[in-house]
Amino acid sequence: MSDGIGARTKRKEDKRFTTGRGKYTDDVRMENQAYAAFVRSPHAHAEVAGIDAAKAEAMPGVIAVLNGAELTGDGIGNIICGWAITSKDGSPMNMGAWSALATQKVRYVGDAVAVVVAESVAEAQAAAEAVEVSYKELAAVTMSDAALETGAPEIHDNAPGNLIYDWEIGDVAATDAGLASASHVCEIDLTNNRLSPNPMEPRSAVAIFDEAEDHYTLYTTSQNPHVARLVLSAFYQVAPEHKLRVIAPDVGGGFGSKIYIYPEEIVCLWASMKTNRSVKWTSSRSEAFMTDAHGRDHVTTAKMGFDAEGKITGFKVDTIANFGAYMSLFSSAVPTYLYATLLSGQYDISNIHCNVRAVYTNTVPVDAYRGAGRPEASFVIERMLEVAAREMGMDPAELRRRNFVQSFPHQTPVIMAYDAGDFDGNMDKAQAAADVRGFAARKAEAASRGKLRGLGYACYIEACGIAPSAAVGSLGAGVGLWESAEVRVNPVGTIEILTGSHSHGQGHETTFAQVVADRFGLPVENIQIVHGDTDKVQFGMGTYGSRSGAVGISAIVKAMDKVEAKVKKIAAHQLEASEDDIVIEGGEVKIAGTDKKMGWHEIGLAAYTGHNLPDGMEPGLKEGAFYDPVNFTFPAGTYIAEVEVDPETGTVEICQFTAADDFGTLINPMIVEGQVHGGVAQGIGQALLEQVVYDDEGQLLTGSYMDYCMPRADDVPFYTIEHNSTVCPNNPLGIKGCGEAGAIGSPPAIINAITDAIGAEDLAMPATPQRVWAALQAAAPRMAAE
Amino acid sequence: MTEVSMTVNGKSIARDVPDNTLLVEFLREHLRLTGTHVGCDTSQCGACVVHIDGKAVKSCTALAVQVSGSDVTTIEGVANGALHPMQKAFNDNHGLQCGFCTPGMIMSGIDMVSRFKAEGRDLTEQAIRHELEGNICRCTGYHNIVKSIQDAATKM
Repeated sequence: MSDGIGARTKRKEDKRFTTGRGKYTDDVRMENQAYAAFVRSPHAHAEVAGIDAAKAEAMPGVIAVLNGAELTGDGIGNIICGWAITSKDGSPMNMGAWSALATQKVRYVGDAVAVVVAESVAEAQAAAEAVEVSYKELAAVTMSDAALETGAPEIHDNAPGNLIYDWEIGDVAATDAGLASASHVCEIDLTNNRLSPNPMEPRSAVAIFDEAEDHYTLYTTSQNPHVARLVLSAFYQVAPEHKLRVIAPDVGGGFGSKIYIYPEEIVCLWASMKTNRSVKWTSSRSEAFMTDAHGRDHVTTAKMGFDAEGKITGFKVDTIANFGAYMSLFSSAVPTYLYATLLSGQYDISNIHCNVRAVYTNTVPVDAYRGAGRPEASFVIERMLEVAAREMGMDPAELRRRNFVQSFPHQTPVIMAYDAGDFDGNMDKAQAAADVRGFAARKAEAASRGKLRGLGYACYIEACGIAPSAAVGSLGAGVGLWESAEVRVNPVGTIEILTGSHSHGQGHETTFAQVVADRFGLPVENIQIVHGDTDKVQFGMGTYGSRSGAVGISAIVKAMDKVEAKVKKIAAHQLEASEDDIVIEGGEVKIAGTDKKMGWHEIGLAAYTGHNLPDGMEPGLKEGAFYDPVNFTFPAGTYIAEVEVDPETGTVEICQFTAADDFGTLINPMIVEGQVHGGVAQGIGQALLEQVVYDDEGQLLTGSYMDYCMPRADDVPFYTIEHNSTVCPNNPLGIKGCGEAGAIGSPPAIINAITDAIGAEDLAMPATPQRVWAALQAAAPRMAAE
Repeated sequence: MTEVSMTVNGKSIARDVPDNTLLVEFLREHLRLTGTHVGCDTSQCGACVVHIDGKAVKSCTALAVQVSGSDVTTIEGVANGALHPMQKAFNDNHGLQCGFCTPGMIMSGIDMVSRFKAEGRDLTEQAIRHELEGNICRCTGYHNIVKSIQDAATKM
């Protein structure tokens, strides 16, 4: 099977993308299309005293100027967070009201207060600037720790002290006792820097209202069009589900930021009804920086205790998570069930306690960004292990090995039950590929050139395919986290797979086809993957959290099981054999051990002509399945970064980056490795380059690519990727997921390498040349003294 | 309004457009050549790179009227029957994921290979990475983009 499971099949979708014929939302143009431009708050925190649209309404091309009072008056509901978290005192989280167009108050720079619909983009933008909004400015707060201080400006009436929740996990008394019994306690303070996801395609929406049918269609840049339809319908009351079609066509990257339903999509749908025109809005990059959900932004203190042999005796973590001005769709789950539950890392730790306070600030909402909580957890644990090893004079790899979980299943004290893994094996492969033995010689050679060379490890673990639905429901999730699939075999034997997963770069059109090709022995060209349209695919939960392989493909496998059963019945009937003797291989359906057989296409034809089917069998060959996993999956790996620091300038060069990952079964290693490359580059961005900055008044200082430093080709090296797969026992193909690993494991590996090189631990991300140089100066007296 | 006329992908065209129409807007909205993308508003991302008289130019940074009389090639005009070696190399080396930056990457890739060949310079890995300074990709970590351009350079 040349294009089956495990093959490096070239991507089927590439032809349209390499020839400029991809179809993204901004490429859609309707006959009666008008354009939306938003009137946004220039203040981080202010009361809206009045909106005067008279001048704007009189400008050329303007069709309508609409505001929040009208939106609310039409019954459009508030934007919600879909995961309820309960504070440790039993109280529910304090979710403040979020209207798609702000009415009484604006809470961050960019908060929309009105929308202009006009005949052209230029006319809409010109009129938006002419809308006169009078504001009464209020004091603002942007940093999470400052937001919790007494006297800080309060952002929502129902969140006293800006506290959304105060939540904990684990046994605090046992953890304190574990720390008290330790022979060494390591303490660290960390900030996980705030990032902007920056998919290269900015968000876009085209809303189409059909008055005759009372029906809406929304083309939008979504990772989960069915979830978008559900939320737009059930919570925002834009239209009932059967009157709303959501299409996410080609989507140019997401990284989490296109999970959420933003004010703009809601307003475009509503405005299309108000104006009886198709309404299009495409974000500029400046608007994207100002309004796309940001990621990370944790402030953490942590303590870990070790006994005399280096075994961990307890781990205590306190984190403040900045949620921005409103609670975005899955924001509440990120620092709780996606972060604190991963704090056991790859280690056998009996006692863990974590406290998390989530707070409002006058900044754009923060939600899941590639890794979502797991990069933050990995950064805390892996910085801790590295710093502790250096403090105790141990080899950081050896300290990790002494604490690795060795047998599976393994129950951690923070909910997760790891099902399979080989942590020593990952470390072995990474160390061999990175030639760790040769490091001392490379360091000496670098020193001869005046460079400081360092090596850093990170052993990450993550949880993918969040599930099962009943379990996440009991933890507060407002949705189930299964996936659906439909397998349609046509009369000529070609196959369409309808999937609830959504591809925005992941290559599903290729990998999903490989799985089907493998099962039935068909060429991948005969298999078409259909996704991203609520009129075509019945339902689906979409793509995020590295779930498409572990959950989405599993649903396809379940549907194929049903197809196979029916195919065998038809073949057994026509070939006069027992079903048990029928085998499917190489595109043929055979009686095992004989030369009697039918072609796959003949089975399709038999199913659809219905001329000669078993008694009582329905014609046709189409099966669907919903797959709800029994557990998370647990990808894990060891990353090793090797860097050189120029002590004169503080610049960091990444000389080698080695990844040894355990993703379970690989469908297409080429695509899997591409996912790691991209994730690692985003992690390098976090470690060295990227930082969203607001000033004290809440003005966004990093509002363009002039100010926010994205990784360029010359900031990153070629990466070395190794695989050390153990099969996940909990899904049919043993898949674990690979989409986020690179972004989870790389930041601590890089910071560990730099701090190794410079001999100082106090180094914040991004480790800019200025920060590295300053850390070096602070460390220099110590190094001289040693 | 000003009349602009130019050759786009081998075809002569003429249109009346507002004076402030950017070339990228002209290509996407007036000619409906939507393969050229807009990923930023500060001329950094490079998703909009096209060739004007054989040189790579960010089409968000030129007015349509400035280009009047020129010969413009967009991503749609690169393949000549078969895929261009650069397009094929991106497929062969998994040089793209979401595809949004890809048209600009391919146009920049073709330009750098042609230029280095014409000047007799060696297009090293380092040189490719340096040349890609004006093209941002968020998906691939650049690994396979660099490989794609290296591969295409041997075939162009």
